[in-house]
Amino acid sequence: MRRNGPLALIFHTVFVIVMVAPILVVCLVAFTPEGFLSLPTNGFSLRWFRTIANYPEFIHAFWVSLGLGALSSFVALLFAVPAALAIARYRFRGRDALAALFLSPLMIPHVVLGIAFLRFFTSAGLGGSFAALIIAHVIIVFPFALRLTLAVATGMDRTVEMAAVSLGAGGWTLFRRVTLPLILPGVISGWALAFIQSFDDLTMTVFLAAPGTETLPVRMFLYIQDNIDPLVTSVSACVIAITMTALILLDRFYGLDRVLAGKGDTGR
Amino acid sequence: MSAAAEEGSARTPWALTAPALMLFVGVLLIPLAMTVMLSFHDWGQYKGIEPVFILKNWREIATDPYYAEMFWRTFRIAILTTLLTALLGAPEAYILNRMSGRWKSFFLLVILGPLLISVVARTLGWALLFGGNNGLVNKLLMSLGVIRSPIPFMFTETGVVVALAHVMMPFMVLSVWAALQRLDPQIENAAMSLGAGPVTIIRRIIMPQIMPGVLSGAIIVFSLSASAFATPAIIGGRRLKVAATLAYDEFLNTLNWPLGAAVATLLLVALVLIVVGSNALIERRYAEVFR
Repeated sequence: MRRNGPLALIFHTVFVIVMVAPILVVCLVAFTPEGFLSLPTNGFSLRWFRTIANYPEFIHAFWVSLGLGALSSFVALLFAVPAALAIARYRFRGRDALAALFLSPLMIPHVVLGIAFLRFFTSAGLGGSFAALIIAHVIIVFPFALRLTLAVATGMDRTVEMAAVSLGAGGWTLFRRVTLPLILPGVISGWALAFIQSFDDLTMTVFLAAPGTETLPVRMFLYIQDNIDPLVTSVSACVIAITMTALILLDRFYGLDRVLAGKGDTGR
Repeated sequence: MSAAAEEGSARTPWALTAPALMLFVGVLLIPLAMTVMLSFHDWGQYKGIEPVFILKNWREIATDPYYAEMFWRTFRIAILTTLLTALLGAPEAYILNRMSGRWKSFFLLVILGPLLISVVARTLGWALLFGGNNGLVNKLLMSLGVIRSPIPFMFTETGVVVALAHVMMPFMVLSVWAALQRLDPQIENAAMSLGAGPVTIIRRIIMPQIMPGVLSGAIIVFSLSASAFATPAIIGGRRLKVAATLAYDEFLNTLNWPLGAAVATLLLVALVLIVVGSNALIERRYAEVFR
């Protein structure tokens, strides 16, 4: 195959710089020693990271986001793992329709989901509650939990299971001791990707969150609407760091290229 | 005994999917149906929502030019964003694919990683880069001599399209990259040995083969851009309304839920029609590639 020419490499360099610039500028401004938005030209300072401590609403929103992401991804897996096993192993009527339904939250705009959940949970008397947020997030992270589990379950060697059955294992024991350990990498990566999706969601959550159940993206968004100062950049830098950590976890257990490759097609 | 086992295995997949199915019917399909119904209800400043069946909201959207303008702006931004990602993302995917192993995976990570980073943080980055008439982007473009006077980015469609293209770019690169993986590098070599120049190779060999990837990437980028919320809200501000930000305003500021529900329903229906329609077109046009 031919190599890239100089023109291609210049294009590539500019492209990468533009892709990285907005993220880099947020992280740099977060370290400014000044009291206003500026690049840290006179040395780095942690001043704006310490300032976060004076804003309990950001700290609280962070815990809400963390709890919501962890819990909703876990609950989504409780539903997604059996469904993934059924879809991977059985050919039954309605299988394709079910798979399409389970992946449909990827296709529905989050603003529409936000409105639908707001209407639904308000009529159910759960408006603005943490329980409502959990249920809504279970739905939006479900496709990610399902797809990664499905990928592992489909490619799984079933002879080990057959051996276990021939030795008398069945039902729950078979699942807990044989099947689950075999699909665990997919399950853990499904959890991590679902967590990131939940942790980052703004568009749907902004409709559902009330004071007290505001997530970090919602809190940041509402804050940015009023004014942009170095405080939001330091909070953003923390969010970016957390996402990076989850990314590394994903890469270790599953391979980031496979995760991202699965994100490209919207569930067709 | 064997009959019982067979019967059991026929029921097993349904037993395994039943909890998820009930969850989806209960908290996805029912709320969506309720939203469509909501769009036919009446609303008044003092009486609130009245559960009657009227076409008032739909008539308002159809007749008031404000909504036509808003939807046209939404789709214009989405189309321009899609074009920008295709024009820049497709060549970049091609260049990436020709890099050697280690560099390829490194840059793939750099370009696709932002996909998982908070949209609020990424858009905030663009707000910082644009920042008024003497923002970094304008300073750079002026010092390079690309422009004479600063371009207004904040609170303009130009700014929204640039920031949105950045947010959506990974989807396009990914989609074209996937198409490139199916491409046989020997065809390129064969064309070269037959005397084709680089331009001819790209135009006659590469382009036709990666077109399905570009088009399916375009569908993803278009539908996500048309329903984007964070970027138009932060870069576009309160005046430059798109469908998602308008629905947000109706629901949380004006409190006219039925009208907001009608806007959201229209957005959903329009997107589903566009996505399903163009998918069908692409699959018919490129049937042999997908086989």
